[in-house]
Amino acid sequence: MSLTPKDKATVKLFWGRMSGKAELIGADALSRMLAVYPQTKTYFSHWKSLSPGSPDVKKHGKTIMMGIGDAVTKMDDLERGLLTLSELHAFKLRVDPTNFKLLSLNILVVMAIMFPDDFTPMAHLAVDKFLCALALALSEKYR
Amino acid sequence: MVEWTDSERAIINSIFSNLDYEEIGRKSLCRCLIVYPWTQRYFGGFGNLYNAETILCNPLIAAHGTKILHGLDRALKNMDDIKNTYAELSLLHSDKLHVDPDNFRLLADCLTVVIAAKMGPAFTVDTQVAWQKFLSVVVSALGRQYH
Repeated sequence: MSLTPKDKATVKLFWGRMSGKAELIGADALSRMLAVYPQTKTYFSHWKSLSPGSPDVKKHGKTIMMGIGDAVTKMDDLERGLLTLSELHAFKLRVDPTNFKLLSLNILVVMAIMFPDDFTPMAHLAVDKFLCALALALSEKYR
Repeated sequence: MVEWTDSERAIINSIFSNLDYEEIGRKSLCRCLIVYPWTQRYFGGFGNLYNAETILCNPLIAAHGTKILHGLDRALKNMDDIKNTYAELSLLHSDKLHVDPDNFRLLADCLTVVIAAKMGPAFTVDTQVAWQKFLSVVVSALGRQYH
């Protein structure tokens, strides 16, 4: 399920249109994930508030999207490019990798809302493949 | 038994009362077959599935998408007993159609994306929570009778 040149081009194109609203998108996707999959809240018990508009959610949404933006520039070698982030998730955060899929789905939902006409099935396929590859690279150092 | 708040019931009923079954059914099934191509294994008799364009133009797939979506009407009308409502359908998918139940989740995710695109900002967090809860109960019921 590796990324074709066309997949990479599609992802870069969408990222170009999204990067200006990265903070909003990240916060929205994260809020949706926390609400739809309450088990994901267990990783954020140290936050004051987990509600959609909260400062912690907004800030972390931005952090995540910046990480994804970075991954977009390193698409040709995600494993090497995301080494530090992978080590962080493996040894410090220890997020169960199943959760990457849950966040990915919500990123796709937000993209569908933002780009109802452009987020075609082929675009969905490319972005989904990219997010899967990203999740795989992030869990590379887990064991 | 699944507990539904009045708000959740209202949200689900509202989504269905505004639903274009043909448009959303077709788009959801096509999206599933394109984004998760292995799901095409169950559609050998449905004509040309060669690429995204042919899938999107395939009338048999379009008709089947509509059929699937109308199948959700049963859950809507029996929200307090979706498990038993779908017992027979679950057996059908298990014993006759031999569908891996994980595929129900894949189709549900595609349906969510299509509904999100259709509703836009009206697909709020609360709406999504209710909608995905409804779909997860349906998905669970459809896989319940596998043995």
